Amino acid sequence: MPDLGLEVLWKGKNFARLLGGLWVALRISLIAALISVAAGILLGVLASRKHSVFSAILQVWLGIIHIMPQMVLLFLMYFGTTRAFGWNLSGETAAIIVFSLWGTAEMGDLVRGAVSSIPAIQRESAEALGLRPIQVFRFVILPQAVRRLIPLSINLITRMIKTTSLITLIGVVEILKVAQQIIEANRKASPNAAFGVYLTVFVLYYLACRPLSLAAKHLEKHWG
Amino acid sequence: MSDVVLSISHLTKRFDQQTILEDLSLDVREGEVVVIVGSSGCGKSTLLRCINALEEIQGGEIRLRGEPIRHNSKNLPEMRRKIGMVFQNYELFPHLTVLDNIMLSPVRAQKRSREETRTEALTLLDRVGLKEKAGSYPRQLSGGQKQRVAIVRALIMHPEILLFDEVTAALDPEMVREVLDVIVSLADQGKTMLIVTHEMSFARAVADRIILLEDRRILEENTPEQFFTSPKTEQAEKFLQSFEFKRKKES
Ligand SMILES: Nc1ncnc2c1ncn2[C@@H]1O[C@H](COP(=O)(O)OP(=O)(O)O)[C@@H](O)[C@H]1O
Ligand SMILES: [Mg+2]
Repeated sequence: MPDLGLEVLWKGKNFARLLGGLWVALRISLIAALISVAAGILLGVLASRKHSVFSAILQVWLGIIHIMPQMVLLFLMYFGTTRAFGWNLSGETAAIIVFSLWGTAEMGDLVRGAVSSIPAIQRESAEALGLRPIQVFRFVILPQAVRRLIPLSINLITRMIKTTSLITLIGVVEILKVAQQIIEANRKASPNAAFGVYLTVFVLYYLACRPLSLAAKHLEKHWG
Repeated sequence: MSDVVLSISHLTKRFDQQTILEDLSLDVREGEVVVIVGSSGCGKSTLLRCINALEEIQGGEIRLRGEPIRHNSKNLPEMRRKIGMVFQNYELFPHLTVLDNIMLSPVRAQKRSREETRTEALTLLDRVGLKEKAGSYPRQLSGGQKQRVAIVRALIMHPEILLFDEVTAALDPEMVREVLDVIVSLADQGKTMLIVTHEMSFARAVADRIILLEDRRILEENTPEQFFTSPKTEQAEKFLQSFEFKRKKES
């Protein structure tokens, strides 16, 4: 059996450190996801109304987010704004802000799409029953939109978790950075550590994201 | 003469520059069944949609028991609860069971108790032969079953008037009967109804009055007997002929 360099994992607290790094990545993406879902629903609902200014705002916002590489946004937030405005931003906070800006725009677009994909006659049929506008939205439009939305938003959250690998570049010690540190520290003793450690990182990412995509698939089948 | 339930006076409806209905007046009295016929695109659906203000109107007035129905008025939801509407494509809510579809508006809009509403919903479902489907979702039902649920959903509101817009047009032929039978039995119970349909033998059986809508207005208003045997207008004659088939057989 080839030497996969797995033994470094059991040295000291290496494995616990990796898990800690994963938790940093997950924490950032989950906080950003929570903000994105809340703000995205608000923005998306407002943008789904006819002739809404929010629709225009969302389009511009989304355009910028799509064109800009996430790394540029991270650098702009972390290095750029701290210099320009002289405030103090930890790498983690900067990452959460950038991910939330990104997530809110995408989530907003998903919500807008889901709400406007509900046929107008469904709304009319609810109105004809004498429900108030807010009740029409709450009991007829929203539940149907949410069913279309859940698989899509889980997909967005999964992409967020994956993209956290970039934040090592603004100095946040997340799982990938921890992995590099472990490999670096054991260069002499376990020259093959790179394989074993990155394989472990791979498995941990997989274990973190897999339940989400399983849930998405299940809900898609259940409600589709 | 019994009370007027619905009164439409001098109604004008335009889409952009196109006038669909012009200076149209019509009264429906309590317990009366009025059937509206007319060629496709003449504005039958639009007329029904104006009545519960799903469409804005550009002129005239619509009153239910004397109270005006206005597109922008605050009490529009209350007014709509007194008007039951059944659509061509059922428009049940796909995420709710049959029972929840029926109970949504009585419970949420009319604030009636769940217990009482559930009991009535099950009684009504039983009457249309669908009691055992109470827990099913719309996607598990046939078209005819969905349409009977939609009728129950309108009935449970105890509306002053029921509007039916070509409710069998989307159905397979073998399901048309089960839905029309329900409507005929509602007529027997004395419900006030305004029905748009292309089913001529049904129209003849159920109607107290037949109205031919054509050319933005009511072209003919007649009893079903006379309308089908000796219509007053040439247009009515032509309209009725469009339902007949003739073959020139070579001898
Ligand atoms: N939302 C709309 N915008 C513009 N034109 C419409 C709209 N709805 C209906 N129309 C037009 O109004 C006319 C009457 O339509 P409709 O009431 O659906 O006819 P019917 O139900 O008698 O077949 C048609 O010419 C149709 O194209
Ligand atoms: Mg129509």
